Amino acid sequence: MSEDLSQLIECYRRMILIRRFEEKVDELFAAGELRGTSHLSVGQEACAVGAVVALCPEDLVTSNHRGHGHFLAKGGDPKRIMAELFGKEPGYSRGWGGTQHMACFKIGFLGSNGITGGGIPIATGAALSCKLHRNGRVVLCFLGEGATNQGTFHESLNMAAIWRLPVIYLCENNLYAMSTRITDACLVENLADRAAAYGLPGQTIEGNDFFAVREAVATAAHRARSGEGPTLLEAKTYRQLGHSRGDLRIYRSRDEEQTWKHRDPIPRLGQRLIELGALTDAQDALICEQAARLVDDAVLFARSAPLAPTEELTSGKRCSP
Amino acid sequence: MFSMREIYFSEAVREALAEELERDPTVFLLGEDIGIYGGAFGVTRGLLERFGPERVINTPISENSFVGVGVGAALTGSRPVVEIMFMDFIALATDQLVNHAAKFRAVYGEQAKVPLVIRTAAGGGRSYGPSHSQSLEAWFVHTPGLKVIAPGTAEDAKGLLKSAIRDDDPVIFIEPKALYNQRMPVPEGEYTIPLGAAKIVQVGGDVSIICYGRIVREAQQAASALAGDGISAEVVDLRTLNPLDIETIVTSVQKTGHAIIAHEACRTGGVGAEVACRIMEHAFDYLDAAIQRLAAPDIPIPFSPELEAASFPSAAEIVEAARRSLGKGE
Repeated sequence: MSEDLSQLIECYRRMILIRRFEEKVDELFAAGELRGTSHLSVGQEACAVGAVVALCPEDLVTSNHRGHGHFLAKGGDPKRIMAELFGKEPGYSRGWGGTQHMACFKIGFLGSNGITGGGIPIATGAALSCKLHRNGRVVLCFLGEGATNQGTFHESLNMAAIWRLPVIYLCENNLYAMSTRITDACLVENLADRAAAYGLPGQTIEGNDFFAVREAVATAAHRARSGEGPTLLEAKTYRQLGHSRGDLRIYRSRDEEQTWKHRDPIPRLGQRLIELGALTDAQDALICEQAARLVDDAVLFARSAPLAPTEELTSGKRCSP
Repeated sequence: MFSMREIYFSEAVREALAEELERDPTVFLLGEDIGIYGGAFGVTRGLLERFGPERVINTPISENSFVGVGVGAALTGSRPVVEIMFMDFIALATDQLVNHAAKFRAVYGEQAKVPLVIRTAAGGGRSYGPSHSQSLEAWFVHTPGLKVIAPGTAEDAKGLLKSAIRDDDPVIFIEPKALYNQRMPVPEGEYTIPLGAAKIVQVGGDVSIICYGRIVREAQQAASALAGDGISAEVVDLRTLNPLDIETIVTSVQKTGHAIIAHEACRTGGVGAEVACRIMEHAFDYLDAAIQRLAAPDIPIPFSPELEAASFPSAAEIVEAARRSLGKGE
């Protein structure tokens, strides 16, 4: 396989940007500068970037509560995402959405989602539009393993199957729905096997392997674009931080966390790039530095941005009746 | 303007759907058994044959997700009209309506339009029992971001449904199932009726009867009976429950000084409570008597035809309430 090495470097750069962004958000919460809550995707960057890079730019993406990485992978502006987390006027949702409710339709990002499993039918409906309008687009639906126990998962996969919709359901199985381990919530060992119940292909992949994710999504996208219908992918991964702000992770061992830390997707891709001769240690350090600067700039932008205007609460502009 | 003809309420709804399917290729219908069967009440009969399976799409029994499919399709350039067979089943789809459809424009701003219509058959009169007879409009009136439409005549059903389909916000469109097989006058030809506007269906000066849906007919009968007693009743058909047409309500009450509110839904926390409060806020000084509220008692709607009939406000009860309000009761 001949690789476009510069594209690989871009993907690596994007993964590091997501990592740095999430770490910064964690720091800002710890410092008391950010309020509310946030769900961080540290450790899951290969899923976000590997999946999105396998799509065409016009393709659509839906996300869930752990959505900063998905949005950044699709091309979201770190400044406006950060501004939304600060509740500021230039935030993607002008302070009305926060961490779980941001979208940018122009770049095909149909939104993160605060209800577990809530985005699955919406992705399915977007795929129905794509099919009816014959626009050749496919929809990538990010969901967590917890969402596979929601009715919407089963109902939506079934409908997507019978209508052969151009949609890819990518389940990031990070093992825990908040504190509940997937083995306590479902007896099926590989969640991709659930696809069989709907007559769909299902595939379990190593979610911390950028190349495995990219290849599986590319195959599923090809299948979707050729009118053969949806695919369920299960990417086995791990969220290195807690479920949300304030999670002390008492439900899992530090040994387990260490084991997964050794499977971190970023050094894994970095090592591969060095082997391919695409990256040197010096370039690696520069990429990290640039990512940190982008994130710092985003924080400065968000800090100095104006607050979301209270006049909009009753202006009728954002909510008519 | 237009010549009138008499058609069934269900035909008026079907005409609206057919005309909009014809006019706009992004409109499609989604729901259980709406294809060859034509829906549980036959409203969509013939539309599959006429528009094909990409415009009239049967779904599995998955209310929450096929409503969500409607939301996702609406966000991406389609105008889905989703049928919920009985309004009771909308309970299964409240997540997609309340947490998703209702929120997107407020949260995502101008980029997000959700031109989704949920048509649903509501209310009693058919003895379908407690899980097939409810009027749940208050749940959705209480959800900012949703428009709620409740026609009481075939003419309004057609014109309002066409406007609802063209509207860029999610609309809950409530069809009283007891009216489907009633013949009513409907204008020939193309027309629309704006959302958000109540209608004075009978002009009067002594008492305002504010109602919607199936109860409009009861109110009209009551007004005729009251006329026989020399009482001139004004009947206000709300037609849209959110946003409420406060101006029309208030103007009527300012004129009459007496307000009766009647609806088929149960009393507590119902639309009537909201209307009563708005009257207090905007026309308190004009009221000559306490507002009278008629509604179903706070009970599940019983199956027995006799018990069911006794559960809903009747023309006779409206007459009695009007007389009470005017100090002419027993």
